Amino acid sequence: MTVEDIIKPENLVYQKSKLLTNKPFHYCPGCGHGTVHRIIAEVLEELGVGDKTIGVSPVGCAVMAYDYFDVDFAEAAHGRAPAVATGIKRVWPDKVVFSYQGDGDLAAIGTCETIHTCNRGENITMIFVNNGIYGMTGGQMAPTTLEGMKTATTPYGRKATLPAGAGFDGIPNNGYPLHITELIARLPGTKYVTRQAVYDPAHVRNAKKAIRKAFENQINGKSGVNFVEIVSNCNSNWKMEPVAANKWLVENMLPEYPLGDIKVDGKLVEK
Amino acid sequence: MGELKLMKGNEALAEAAIRYGADAYFGYPITPQSEVIEYLSEQNPYERTGMVVLQAESELAAINMVYGAGASGKRVMTSSSSPGVCLKQEGLAYIAGAEIPCVFADVVRGGPGLGTIQPSQADYFQNTKGGGNGDYRNLVLAPASVQEMCDFVALGFDLAFKYRMAACILSDGAIGQMMEKVVLPDQKPRMSDEEIKAKYPWAINGRKNGTQHRIITSLDLDSAKMEEHNIHLQKKYKEIEENEVRYEMINCDDAEYVFVAYGSSARIAQKSVQLGREAGLKVGLLRPITLWPYPTKAIDALIKKGVKGFLSVELSCGQMIEDVRLACNGRVKAEHFGRVGGIIHTPEEVLEAMKKQIIGE
Repeated sequence: MTVEDIIKPENLVYQKSKLLTNKPFHYCPGCGHGTVHRIIAEVLEELGVGDKTIGVSPVGCAVMAYDYFDVDFAEAAHGRAPAVATGIKRVWPDKVVFSYQGDGDLAAIGTCETIHTCNRGENITMIFVNNGIYGMTGGQMAPTTLEGMKTATTPYGRKATLPAGAGFDGIPNNGYPLHITELIARLPGTKYVTRQAVYDPAHVRNAKKAIRKAFENQINGKSGVNFVEIVSNCNSNWKMEPVAANKWLVENMLPEYPLGDIKVDGKLVEK
Repeated sequence: MGELKLMKGNEALAEAAIRYGADAYFGYPITPQSEVIEYLSEQNPYERTGMVVLQAESELAAINMVYGAGASGKRVMTSSSSPGVCLKQEGLAYIAGAEIPCVFADVVRGGPGLGTIQPSQADYFQNTKGGGNGDYRNLVLAPASVQEMCDFVALGFDLAFKYRMAACILSDGAIGQMMEKVVLPDQKPRMSDEEIKAKYPWAINGRKNGTQHRIITSLDLDSAKMEEHNIHLQKKYKEIEENEVRYEMINCDDAEYVFVAYGSSARIAQKSVQLGREAGLKVGLLRPITLWPYPTKAIDALIKKGVKGFLSVELSCGQMIEDVRLACNGRVKAEHFGRVGGIIHTPEEVLEAMKKQIIGE
């Protein structure tokens, strides 16, 4: 088969979503952001809502997501994406509005906005990419950093140790990995809460199904936040090659952050 | 002729937003401006005009809701008081950078910190000199009556959309809380989604038939582009300084000494002018209505006409005096007089300060 044969339209089996621009991703090779962007764009295209979608990007590695999605976009201040998305959705209730945030943005500096947006039950879709580290600023501790995990600000490993006695006993305490997704799932304002991953094709397919549901719920007017966490990697700041990073993710991140639906149609999933 | 009512300044501000056809208000309670959100919640403007009213979880969230809704082309307002406006500064810097039109009101209380709930004008620096990061300006309108609390909502929105930036209505606890008669404007319809799309092509509210997507951001990592963006903003600010200065002159035609005062202080200084004239002093009042852009040229013109000195009368330890002195540029005497901590000066002590500090006896 020649190149000419391969590029014939009838031989086309897969292509870039029309809702992604031609701008090359700035993401590190091996990073999960590109895959998550791609499946969101595919879902929006399949649902035919490109002209009525407004995205909100965070501060963090995905700050310039607006350059890659060919839909209208606002870039928010650090942690404020859910408030910005609330503002848009309240005055354009018929539009499809989604926020896209990392763990530092959504679960540290933006925790207040995250919880209250979920508690109000805004009819939006929230995408949360959790790689357990601050990527953009160079690998510092995130709220979701695992215990013992080394980062630029926990160079000896994250320690979550409560002081033994009445006072501070000198042991560094960085707190525990924050399970924000389980937390917001308890709120009546959330409709659909799920945790997915994109480290291999099977999980990419599952994640895409979840993202589709999260947008379908919004489009069908099922009031409430639709929240999709993606457990992802940061091979650059984890200081691993991409394949090793994905293996580490499976062995270390997933036991702490198990995959699967946490809440469906407003009901917590029994484990 | 519109409807005549007796209202609090804060209520007039809220009612004016409904009647202007505003699309949304996002706020958070804080004394002395909580009547704004209370009045709006009680009026339920969603039933009257379709206007959205939402109590946010913080001032920070409220200003970012304004950022989102304003970015989508809608007319959005928020309000707060001094410590709450500090929290909004992050959002206001982003709003300036991303060029989003909106109106916010600061009903000023004493500071610093939690300060006091009584009236103050010590947020002059916070609102006229920035407050957030970067080289930016907000339009600042200073109402001196309940009527102007009402009127400046429409003026603020018109200017905000003309220049794609935030317009601040800078009042204080006295203007916000006091009741006066006010002539309310007639109800204007809210703009339709189609009108918004046609009029504001920059707004993010969904692409039109697959055409190029729009982006609202304050970020550009390319230094050359960021410099270009800053130059563009400065050009806009220069245009505003040329065209949008507003002020009022009272008894200034033959004045030798002039009070400079805005808002509540202007109301008091106006009485001081009357008392001074009765005592045979040629005193007048310059009342800046826009605090940025500042009426620098008006001060210059007064000096050229023979004014020998200015007294900046403020409910602060001396903030606006800096702009008065910049305008005077050392040519004539310019001093400050003010009471703080929630105490409001009397017309007599203001006149006394003019005699002592400027006229010299």
